[in-house]
Amino acid sequence: MSLEKALKENKFCITAEIFPPKGVDISSSLNKARTIKKYVDAINVTDNQRAVMRMNPISLCHKLVSNGIDAVLQISCRDRNSMGLSSDLLAAYSFGIRNILAVTGDYPVRNGKMLTKPVFEMDSVQLLDLVKKLERGFDFNGAKLESSPKFIKGAVVNPSSDMMDFQIMKLKKKVDLGASFIQTQVVFDIDSFKKFRDKTANIKSKFLLGVFPLKSFSVAKFMAEKVPGVKVPTKILDRMEKSKDPFREGVEIVVEIINSLKSYCDGIHLMTMNDENLVKDIVEKIK
Amino acid sequence: MIMTEQKKYDEIIKMLKGYKKVFLVGCGSCATTAKTGGIDQVKELAEKLKKDGKEIVGYTVVDSTCDERLCRKNLSGFKNELDQSEVFLVLSCGSGVQTIAGLVGKATFPALNSMFLAKIERVGKYYEMCLTCGDCQLDKTGGICLITRCPKNTLNGPCGGSENGKCEVNQENDCAWALIEERLKQINKVEQISEFQPVKDWTSAIKPRKVLS
Repeated sequence: MSLEKALKENKFCITAEIFPPKGVDISSSLNKARTIKKYVDAINVTDNQRAVMRMNPISLCHKLVSNGIDAVLQISCRDRNSMGLSSDLLAAYSFGIRNILAVTGDYPVRNGKMLTKPVFEMDSVQLLDLVKKLERGFDFNGAKLESSPKFIKGAVVNPSSDMMDFQIMKLKKKVDLGASFIQTQVVFDIDSFKKFRDKTANIKSKFLLGVFPLKSFSVAKFMAEKVPGVKVPTKILDRMEKSKDPFREGVEIVVEIINSLKSYCDGIHLMTMNDENLVKDIVEKIK
Repeated sequence: MIMTEQKKYDEIIKMLKGYKKVFLVGCGSCATTAKTGGIDQVKELAEKLKKDGKEIVGYTVVDSTCDERLCRKNLSGFKNELDQSEVFLVLSCGSGVQTIAGLVGKATFPALNSMFLAKIERVGKYYEMCLTCGDCQLDKTGGICLITRCPKNTLNGPCGGSENGKCEVNQENDCAWALIEERLKQINKVEQISEFQPVKDWTSAIKPRKVLS
């Protein structure tokens, strides 16, 4: 099923993400997509996520769409200005890509060193505004387009943010600008997600719960300590530390989170660090 | 104040390679306040360079090296030294270095790095507050500048990475949005930020800028 159809028919929507290659050979990424195709409604292709350079996701999205796999193009404001983002959006549409996810993007700094000079001319809200302008037939300067795109627009939110009210205020702006689906940041804390959903009950968009299977205790610790804005409850850290099979434990935790929050969201977004088998595993377990 | 830091000594020595006779110029304004280019730092650098075989032809501290009139007046008292010097080493911001370079017509090098437009909390504590974008929007964000203080310039709300009021890019820095939240709550204006903010118009920042009147 396509993402558009799943959203329209109020189906419990499942998306997963894969990475473009760090190189020119797209076959391995395409094979991953083929493996998970039947378990998901659409596959997100990340855009230099965590500020690690990879191939432009438009190329892989194009390949997915050409192979009958619905793709979500992630598009970040870090690497392009209004001009670059606009022309990439038009290119994406011309390749048959219909779903986009607007994100601001991770800052390109590692251990205090700037990896490259970021752009950030726009934020994710302004990017959605830009898409709206293109859809209305105008570029960012108000010049008329010869033909215009029409996207299914997605946005992100961190339901575990310390600044919940301001996050929600920002989310409202995104939805007002046409974000019809929301893929959330990774969630480990069931109660805080419930609170978040209570506060966002009036927001008319589809909420896909972001989940991430922890593969080991060190990954869990990394998520807890190093990934900005992600909260991993001590209970989960303890389970990962004590487990004899942390890999399986990570999957079990994700399945528990999904089962506990199924009625609080409209679907799930699986972030499995490019591991296609985990997508299969998790989806089979929640069915 | 324009915050500056002294360049690594090795870098200074490298730029002076091939030059023997050096004239040093300090700045009595920002660089003196920052303790990077005042008289003490000028003398200290002169001593170091002497030990490394350089001949210090002379030194001076101009009240404001960014003021061409003051530089000209100050340097007019050093005619012989200026003639003898092969190279000028300026302990000021880049504006001062370029002002001096334009007057002396000889090799002129920076001894400092210009860092940012700073708020001084106390000696040793300086914070970047303004990027001099040319189009101040502080009225919209509770007086906290997102163009300067948010690395991602998120004009429409916080990114998801802020934790405990700290910025995800550098956790030693306050999250600008956390400061905005606090400030707007204080003045009862939280609703102000629910308005959509369009992309900033950078026309006012087309370089190089000038004021002619």
